[in-house]
Amino acid sequence: MEVTMTVNGAKVSKDVEPRTLLVHFVRDNLGLTGTNVGCDTSSCGACTVHVNGESVKSCTMLAVQADGQEITTIEGMAQANGEMHPMQKAFQENHGLQCGYCTPGMVMAATSLLKENPHPTEQEVRNGLEGNLCRCTGYHNIVKAVLAAADGMAEV
Amino acid sequence: MFPSSFDYVRASSVSEAISILNNEEDAKLIAGGHSLLPLMKLRLANPSKLVDIGRIGDLSYIADRGDHVAIGALTRHAAIESSDVVKASVPMLAYVASLVGDPSVRHRGTLGGSVSHGDGASDLPAAILALDATLVVTSASGVREVAAKDFFKGFLETDLNQGEVLTEIKVPKATGGWSYQKFNRRAQDWAIVGVAAVRNGSTKISLVNMASMPIRAEAVESALSGGASIEEAAALASEGIEPPSDLNASADYRRHLASVLVRRALVEASSN
Amino acid sequence: MTVTDSQTSHGILGTRTLRKEDPKLLSGEAKFTDDLVIPGALYMALLRSTVAHAKIVSIDTEAAKEAPGVVAVYTYEDLKDDWAGPMPCAWPVTPDMKNPTHFPLANGKVNYVGDGVAVVLANSKEAAIDALELINVEYDELDPVLEIEDSAKDERVIHEDLGTNASYKWDLIPNKDGVDEAFAKAAYTVSERYIQQRIVPAAMEPRSIVVVPAPFGGDFTIYNTTQIPHILKIMLALTVGISETKLRVIAPSVGGGFGSKLDVYAEDVLTLALARKLRKPIRWTEERTENALATIHGRGQVQYIELAADENGKVTAVRVNILADMGAYLQLITPGIPLLGAFLYHGVYDVPNYSFSCTGYFTNKTPTDAYRGAGRPEATFAIERAMDALAHKMGVSPIELRRRNFIQKEQFPYSSAAGLVFDSGDYETNLDKAVGLFGIEDILAEKQRRIDSGSTKLLGIGISFFVEMCGLAPSRVLASLNYGAGGWEAATVRILPTSKVQVVTGSAPHGQGHETAWAMIVADRLGIDINDIEVLHSDTAIAPHGLDTYGSRSLSVGGSAVHMATEKVLEKARSIAAHQLEVSEADLDYANGMFTVKGSPDKAFPLAGAAFEAFTAHNLPDGMEPNLEASVTWDPPNFTFPYGSHLALVEVDTETGKVDLLRYLAVDDCGNRVNPLIIEGQVHGGLAQGIAQALFEEAAYDDRGNLITSTLADYLVPSAAEFPFFELDHTVTPSPTNPLGVKGIGEAGAIASPPAIINAVVDALNHLGIEDVEMPASPQRVWRAINAAKKG
Ligand SMILES: Cc1cc2nc3c(=O)[nH]c(=O)nc-3n(C[C@H](O)[C@H](O)[C@H](O)COP(=O)(O)OP(=O)(O)OC[C@H]3O[C@@H](n4cnc5c(N)ncnc54)[C@H](O)[C@@H]3O)c2cc1C
Ligand code: FES
Ligand code: FES
Repeated sequence: MEVTMTVNGAKVSKDVEPRTLLVHFVRDNLGLTGTNVGCDTSSCGACTVHVNGESVKSCTMLAVQADGQEITTIEGMAQANGEMHPMQKAFQENHGLQCGYCTPGMVMAATSLLKENPHPTEQEVRNGLEGNLCRCTGYHNIVKAVLAAADGMAEV
Repeated sequence: MFPSSFDYVRASSVSEAISILNNEEDAKLIAGGHSLLPLMKLRLANPSKLVDIGRIGDLSYIADRGDHVAIGALTRHAAIESSDVVKASVPMLAYVASLVGDPSVRHRGTLGGSVSHGDGASDLPAAILALDATLVVTSASGVREVAAKDFFKGFLETDLNQGEVLTEIKVPKATGGWSYQKFNRRAQDWAIVGVAAVRNGSTKISLVNMASMPIRAEAVESALSGGASIEEAAALASEGIEPPSDLNASADYRRHLASVLVRRALVEASSN
Repeated sequence: MTVTDSQTSHGILGTRTLRKEDPKLLSGEAKFTDDLVIPGALYMALLRSTVAHAKIVSIDTEAAKEAPGVVAVYTYEDLKDDWAGPMPCAWPVTPDMKNPTHFPLANGKVNYVGDGVAVVLANSKEAAIDALELINVEYDELDPVLEIEDSAKDERVIHEDLGTNASYKWDLIPNKDGVDEAFAKAAYTVSERYIQQRIVPAAMEPRSIVVVPAPFGGDFTIYNTTQIPHILKIMLALTVGISETKLRVIAPSVGGGFGSKLDVYAEDVLTLALARKLRKPIRWTEERTENALATIHGRGQVQYIELAADENGKVTAVRVNILADMGAYLQLITPGIPLLGAFLYHGVYDVPNYSFSCTGYFTNKTPTDAYRGAGRPEATFAIERAMDALAHKMGVSPIELRRRNFIQKEQFPYSSAAGLVFDSGDYETNLDKAVGLFGIEDILAEKQRRIDSGSTKLLGIGISFFVEMCGLAPSRVLASLNYGAGGWEAATVRILPTSKVQVVTGSAPHGQGHETAWAMIVADRLGIDINDIEVLHSDTAIAPHGLDTYGSRSLSVGGSAVHMATEKVLEKARSIAAHQLEVSEADLDYANGMFTVKGSPDKAFPLAGAAFEAFTAHNLPDGMEPNLEASVTWDPPNFTFPYGSHLALVEVDTETGKVDLLRYLAVDDCGNRVNPLIIEGQVHGGLAQGIAQALFEEAAYDDRGNLITSTLADYLVPSAAEFPFFELDHTVTPSPTNPLGVKGIGEAGAIASPPAIINAVVDALNHLGIEDVEMPASPQRVWRAINAAKKG
């Protein structure tokens, strides 16, 4: 089946089996391997991307369902001038990542969260990331990073 | 993990979806896919064809209709959670929607999908049951309405027949006292036990994950209408109910939790 | 010759330097193994046993072989000539240890749910996985042996040829008479039984392998998400029968390990053997459920611990007996895990008499092996819980009892009754700091107020004071434990002609930040920008020597080697500079990339110049080899012994049994601090895992041996929503055993936190008569404990 969508600003068309999951589509068909797979049950959030600007677990969406939609993956987060997105910077500055496997999904979930709630409390950040698991950081610095990004992005 | 092979067709209208369903016995609707795809990935469901209704734009709405709020079946949890109309007229529903899964799940999952799936462990079906909602079902032969309490039939079994589409959920306004108690171990998880309490004239109570389907705590409701105290009524939370047992909770612990949570729900519902 | 510079440090160590590895990870640019694009690769999928214990009657692979896209399907019989040896166990803890011979695929019998039965190779992942459904296996089921204590009865023997379920018994009883006498004379004794539940390590990146053969050149490049590229290479050579010279192991970005990638798995040897057989690249990536079933589990012990104490509560003897769950087979270091804790069951206390025994038993469950802390969390849990039990029995505060028993500052280096020499410590100061920061008095008042008012939300404070031995390890000590490898680490520091620096390390990071920390060590000594330093690792062709990353060894052993190699390369540069300036080496000072003549700072020669001279070799001192490079392989003289006080505050809902963690304070002492940012991150992560063990996680089985927590929906790895911010502080007691004065910190959080949490839960409920709650202290378990106490 032919699907066409806009991924990180560029229009792509591919022929896929209907059962192809969006995560496999971006990884295998588009070579955008920044989006990871961490579970079989939609529990971990490693695969989080934006569909029309909202966080979605790309392992729980078919590529055919995304036909005609706007997809952003971690590769599309850097700004046009090549600088990292403020959220990415905040993760580095606050040591919000260790092995980095959960990180792309965390960044995508966190940016979606701030879009809906630009000034979250600590607890709102924690609840907002409830669907993203990290085994390395104990979340302490991830939460700090998101709060810092909220402060920083609010200034802009 | 990925599903077995299937055919896929996107329906552009309810009537198109219905006619495909009527022509193919094994075809299944997909809305947000957040109940169906997890099952298909584990190969616990293997439909031959998916009929995608996710893009039928005119099934996604929230409308104030005087005595009730009408919600299109394809309205996403995130939209319900943040809707001013829902917050003002059925605050419990907005709150319950905000507790479903995690934000990414709520961006995709739909109220119609959750209700049609009819999972006894899900939050929204129990909520609409306590709210005495009415479900609008469309088929080739027209439109019919079903009361929520007649809709859930058994384990993942509802009153829907092949060829029928749930199109709207009519939720009576409920601005009196309410409470929703979701007991789980991690925020992202389904309820081990959940309790919805709505004071709208009489008090209605429904239970999550206490049976194979969403159920009303009838013993509690009738005790209350008979004048029992909150404590007395709450003790009857699992009267006549055979709750499931699993790693998180044996049946006896579930019964206990149900009583504690019903009591807390009733206390909260009488104070707001 | 060693020369002392007036400035040996450039002030970089100890700073919160941001990590060099982050931009590639944050941008999605980093490549994990499954990200690699390998044209023409075949996808491997394993059919796994769905029963815990059974004879295989038949396997029908015909339909699968015919399926579209399938290239081959193999069972044990088809591959039995492809092995040079059975699956390896590198730690035969006793000479008579029983180790069931086993191969990557089951030979006539399956021994746990997840055991490999058949392997499919296909042109696509989809075809391989779809074909699994077409294989028919007929099993003749046997009753499974699931609990350690049942296994010990030997009523059903899993590996019949061994004649018993016991793999080994290992004792450390230096002074039996002393122990017996101490118990005979004791004013107080406690006798406790604790359960260490099985834990799924659950690194977020599942295991993944790509093997690329060069069928005509005869070598194999192995991309593997492993913590141990060097050890894996050796083991693959021996198991698959390929010359080590033909193997190159590369660990690309590795998404966490926690011990679970410190192993040699069936899939590791299968992918290599099949790449040899089929002359094609083979790839395999685990699914999460396979990770839960077929990657090792951690912990899994029944612990008996007894303390004898005099009338003041001074502990006079510790006697420990451990029943350890090996699972179905011995993996790489399965039997040795309890031994890594064997010396530490007296904790931070000065205990003169010591006795430890451990027996390893087979069960029909996933094999166990190293999980963050490996042996030491078990030891710390037992002693720290038992100290609370003793405190309760005596009616003294747990904190006071600990103070009475501490090894005193003056006693270091402290020779323990178990035979270790603890390097350094000042426990009292550390505890004072923690107690001061936590504000215990106010909490105690609130705790009592809630009890008095009949509240259903009770407070509990738990303390755990831990010490561990890490920085594995002096090779001779490992030899005395029969460990199959040494404990050294290798490093090379190379200053290139353009004066940029390459550091080659035998450590193999998977999230710990070695690229930053190693660059800081070099930059601190050389006074150059860390961005001019590149750290190379995790590729056996680039870093041929190494013993990899586990056991909190990287910094104290590998980092020290880097430090020494830097010193060595600087000495060579100094000789070149002295030659150029025509002065003696002793007359040179070094700072900020520049050698200067003492007393006449205008006479100078840059490090960059020395690098270029070493490259051109036009004018080097007589006899000096060209190139500016130095290598060091360092074998540490001792372990390091980090320690710290951890305090937890929990709230227990007595109606539902739910435990909420309100506060957690960790005051750790890991010696000198190279990068506080990274240290804190390591502590946070360790705490989360330890707290998860105490409250959430459990690899639970049903009575037929099915793992019922095989997904991340059932196996409760907590999210951000389940934790508070952690409160961290530290003391600094440098280690005398390495030149950096550092101690390991990677495992500390996971070691210290489980007993702090359980002590807190018990503290909240102790007035109800509750003395113990098993891990994980789930709501249901806590509720049952409260119910049982109410019934008396
Ligand atoms: C990780 C995760 C966590 C979750 N946690 C929770 C939770 O805590 N609480 C909770 O309540 N739920 C939870 N859910 C379920 C979630 O709410 C689902 O989104 C919802 O149950 C289904 O909605 P959907 O639109 O995705 O339905 P789909 O998956 O598309 O469909 C579900 C079923 O309903 C049928 N169907 C869908 N729409 C219609 C219609 N209009 N008419 C007739 N039949 C229809 C489909 O054929 C299918 O059988 C979770 C899901 C995930 C993946
Ligand atoms: S891979 Fe999508 S949620 Fe885990
Ligand atoms: S940084 Fe490793 S899983 Fe989050």
